[in-house]
Amino acid sequence: MEYSELVIEHFQNPRNVGIIEEADGMGKMGSPVCGDLMEIYIKVDNNHIEDIKFRTFGCGAAIASGSMASEMIKGKSLTEAEALTDEDVASALGGLPEKKMHCSNLAASTLHKAIEDYRNKHDEDKG
Amino acid sequence: MEERTRTIYLDHAATTAVDPRVVEAMLPYFTEHYGNASSIYSLGRETHKAVDEARRTVADILGCKPEEVIFTSCGSESDNLALRGVSLTQREAGKGHHIITSPIEHHAIGHTCEQLEKHFGFEVTYVPVDQHGVVDPDEIGRAIRDDTVLISIMYANNEMGTIEPIAEIGEIAREKGIPFHTDAVQAGGTLDLNVDRLNVDLLSLSAHKFYGPKGVGVLYVRSGTPLLPTQTGGGHERNRRAGTENVPYIVGLATALRLAYDHAESNNQRIAALRDRLIDEITAEIPDVQLTGHPTHRLPNNASFVFKYIEGEAMLLNLDLVGVCAASGSACTTGESEPSFVLTAMNVPPEIAHGSLRLTVGRENTDADVDYVMSVLPGIVQKLRMMSPLYAAR
Repeated sequence: MEYSELVIEHFQNPRNVGIIEEADGMGKMGSPVCGDLMEIYIKVDNNHIEDIKFRTFGCGAAIASGSMASEMIKGKSLTEAEALTDEDVASALGGLPEKKMHCSNLAASTLHKAIEDYRNKHDEDKG
Repeated sequence: MEERTRTIYLDHAATTAVDPRVVEAMLPYFTEHYGNASSIYSLGRETHKAVDEARRTVADILGCKPEEVIFTSCGSESDNLALRGVSLTQREAGKGHHIITSPIEHHAIGHTCEQLEKHFGFEVTYVPVDQHGVVDPDEIGRAIRDDTVLISIMYANNEMGTIEPIAEIGEIAREKGIPFHTDAVQAGGTLDLNVDRLNVDLLSLSAHKFYGPKGVGVLYVRSGTPLLPTQTGGGHERNRRAGTENVPYIVGLATALRLAYDHAESNNQRIAALRDRLIDEITAEIPDVQLTGHPTHRLPNNASFVFKYIEGEAMLLNLDLVGVCAASGSACTTGESEPSFVLTAMNVPPEIAHGSLRLTVGRENTDADVDYVMSVLPGIVQKLRMMSPLYAAR
């Protein structure tokens, strides 16, 4: 598998691993049967992502994607976070092999789920 | 953690380095003795002699006649020739269109059977395996029909190392007069290859698994076994496999095979001791790990496991970063959408099968290599588990 140095770096030293107790939003996607599962927890303050943590059961690209996505999104507004795509994550990582694009997709989709969860809980907060 | 600059290669089931003595034996046949083995003049006759000698060496180890040995380009070609060569002739002779095999064969058997079924009108029965991946000879017996034309079961499995009861299956096949093939690619160089003791009619080998070069293999075909050639052309290999003989590689294969069997017992003992250390120490020190394949009736080099809660490719990458070469059957490693079909056939649940790791020991590995693996692997597993929602939820 051709992985960029950035992917290796994020995979070796993933940022923001863990959970947030009493998170404002939580997203979970993928399945153990498929071999990739991701959880993302967010803490929201003033419509910005104050804190973000992720966990994953998955391959190198999944770990790197989760790490990169969390790093890109921390401190950003909910609107900016909602606009994050799998290509954004993959580019930030210096590219991912074609077969691994679904991993960056997993990270982006799980983040969106977390935000959706937040929105559902806080209907009056429009971003 | 120690700083290691050298690589610790533990993927011998994938391939092996060519033994320098094999390289030495091959070299003269590139620039000095380069004649076409079919040519009349002395330059040709001497290469013909080298091929003859190589053939005799292989026949000696297999306990067969030299003319029963066909040189091919690889194990996959041998498997293809065995399956297509026998089944198509048999069908033409009105013997039937049914093939029996197992669900854990290498793709060279599995995909060929699929093609024979889809495009050539054959029916294939895949007899089940137990949780250790063992084929029950009685299941083969029950699967045999009046129109069965071929049985093919691998001698030893490449993923989890289980050794199959080939002699017993062969006996059943012989009673019913059905040609029996075994893919011995993983067993070659290690286990007994005597074709009469094994009761086989066809047997595949691949040189690069036993310290020979990639690009050359053998198919043993017992005299009297019907075989339609798949590669036609000049009359090479007694009209069974066309193509100018790849002399240096054929010499390489025979040399490597001879070297392997001259020292098989001591090599196997030494390698098995290292394998057993890996098995004992990994299962003792790391929780939630299971050995895959038969606990005792397995290849001397194979230590394969499934680790709960984590994924195989992530393990391999971490191991690579500290210099260890290993393998896995996870979907993300193989690029397929599903985990190892071998583990699946053994009823290992998919989420656990994704956490597979295969370590296969070779001649150059030492106790220090095992020490090193034990110094890095538990930490890698724990690091990945700390990241895993499945571990947290256990």
